[in-house]
Amino acid sequence: MITVQNPGLLTTVMDLGRPGYQRLGIVVGGALDRFSARVANTLVGNDENAALLEIAQRGPELHFAVETLVAWCGGEFEPRVGTEPLPRDRAVRIGSGETIRFGAASAGLRAWLAIAGGIDVPLVLGSRSTYRRAGMGGLDGRPLRTGDELKLGAASEWAEQRVKSPQRVSMWSVRPETLGKQAAPDTVRAMPGPEWEWFSRDAQRDFFLAKWKVTKDADRMGVQLAGPELKLAAEREMLSEGVNEGVVQVANGGLPIVLLASRQTVGGYPRIAALASVDFGRMAQVVPGQTLRFEPITLGDAHTLFLARERDLSRVRAGLARLAG
Amino acid sequence: MQIMPLGDCALRVEFGQGIDQATHACVQAACAALDATVLAGVREIVPAYTTLTIHYDPAAVAVAGAPPDDLAGWLGSRIEQVLRRAPKSVRARGSVVTIPVCYGGEFGPDLEKIAICAKLSADEVVCRHTKHEYWVAMVGFAPGFAYLAGLPPELAAPRLAKPRAMVAVGSVGIAGVQTGIYPLATPGGWNLIGRTPSRLFFPEQTPPTLLQAGDRVKFRSVSREEFAKLEADA
Repeated sequence: MITVQNPGLLTTVMDLGRPGYQRLGIVVGGALDRFSARVANTLVGNDENAALLEIAQRGPELHFAVETLVAWCGGEFEPRVGTEPLPRDRAVRIGSGETIRFGAASAGLRAWLAIAGGIDVPLVLGSRSTYRRAGMGGLDGRPLRTGDELKLGAASEWAEQRVKSPQRVSMWSVRPETLGKQAAPDTVRAMPGPEWEWFSRDAQRDFFLAKWKVTKDADRMGVQLAGPELKLAAEREMLSEGVNEGVVQVANGGLPIVLLASRQTVGGYPRIAALASVDFGRMAQVVPGQTLRFEPITLGDAHTLFLARERDLSRVRAGLARLAG
Repeated sequence: MQIMPLGDCALRVEFGQGIDQATHACVQAACAALDATVLAGVREIVPAYTTLTIHYDPAAVAVAGAPPDDLAGWLGSRIEQVLRRAPKSVRARGSVVTIPVCYGGEFGPDLEKIAICAKLSADEVVCRHTKHEYWVAMVGFAPGFAYLAGLPPELAAPRLAKPRAMVAVGSVGIAGVQTGIYPLATPGGWNLIGRTPSRLFFPEQTPPTLLQAGDRVKFRSVSREEFAKLEADA
């Protein structure tokens, strides 16, 4: 059992999302950086889809009434367990009676904190993810509050072994950002979207050349960017249709919005581009005021990057499993 | 029919250009055919007015034997095979879902405006809105939000220039040539003409929404008293 002593700014229970119901208008949602969430869960011996905490900007204070294993991945936070630092990307034993204070992000925006066994909240439509707009999932669709008590599922045998280790902090670490091949700093890779040809030559050029500025209009649904106006070659109306995470749509004002995990299931704005899915996680860390560039990538190369990163994660999983034996 | 990528984990298949029943029937038939087929890597299929969006997992497509440098082409050709053999349209579902609506007043603050634009009385707008049968072209925007096609053209009205910060649950609205119902209280830019006491989204049930793409819908005008009674029953 974990007691929430301070919820932080916006801490929510998430897993890998609620796919399968998009045709009914139910958003996929889930951890904004699914890959980091998978790694954090892997580090504590959980199923990749176990429910964990998504932390935004200012993290929570959590009192543990149980000895367990935790791991966190994400942006630049300096959490502490008692007075000791709680290092990122490693499995760390937390003793019964100890408190984690997560603190605020100094760079980046979000982090994912996995706990052995996962957070035990009911499955709603196949997922434990918080869906605020519909008021369901996680803790009745709401962020953590002071006094909440979080139950844990059964930890894996691997985690039970690991907790007995004399070392509080694991020797090994797995940094999600080092798996696969990273884009340059402040860059995400993108391929032309279905309506690429609708845009003017200038817009097509500017999209990949401009330094886009992240605006304050940024949440779990999408990130609005500011920069040169992206004009259509000719006035055209689009009928709404299915969209996806990472899609870059251009609304009436001519500015691009990158859609994130809690995007609506359908959209009616022309889509100039779509991010390579290996770079979705980067969008979870952008902060207002910073710049962002789009680097062109082909669909084939995006798939190659995706498969390479999955292979890297499989190797990590196999390696960790051997450590227990 | 045209298949093209939407990023690296979805494909879109386009069946037409406009909001019409023929295109809708093609989309529904294709969706049913793909639902009935197990295609490795396909996660879910989202039908819309003229398209299907097919979400896939590249890793699962690769495991199924696709060449690593052409996962999308390989999956696209399999989708095409299924659709070539599929019927070109489906018959509309037999039953019609009837939705009770209390029109005008505080429930439908934009009813008078629609009436003035259409050069009709408010009663006549209600009469025409309830006389026609609609089809659910797609569900999106919010859980169970059905985009209903088939609105009489004289009732069409552009979206509000400034969306409302909050639209009450059950509000029935008009935007362009579409009509629809808000299943949750959300911000919204549709012209509101009435409100239904029917629930449209129930996450604890299967299926979790009252309406699905392909359903047929009619509206029935109810009094304030009947609205209150139905709301209490719901």
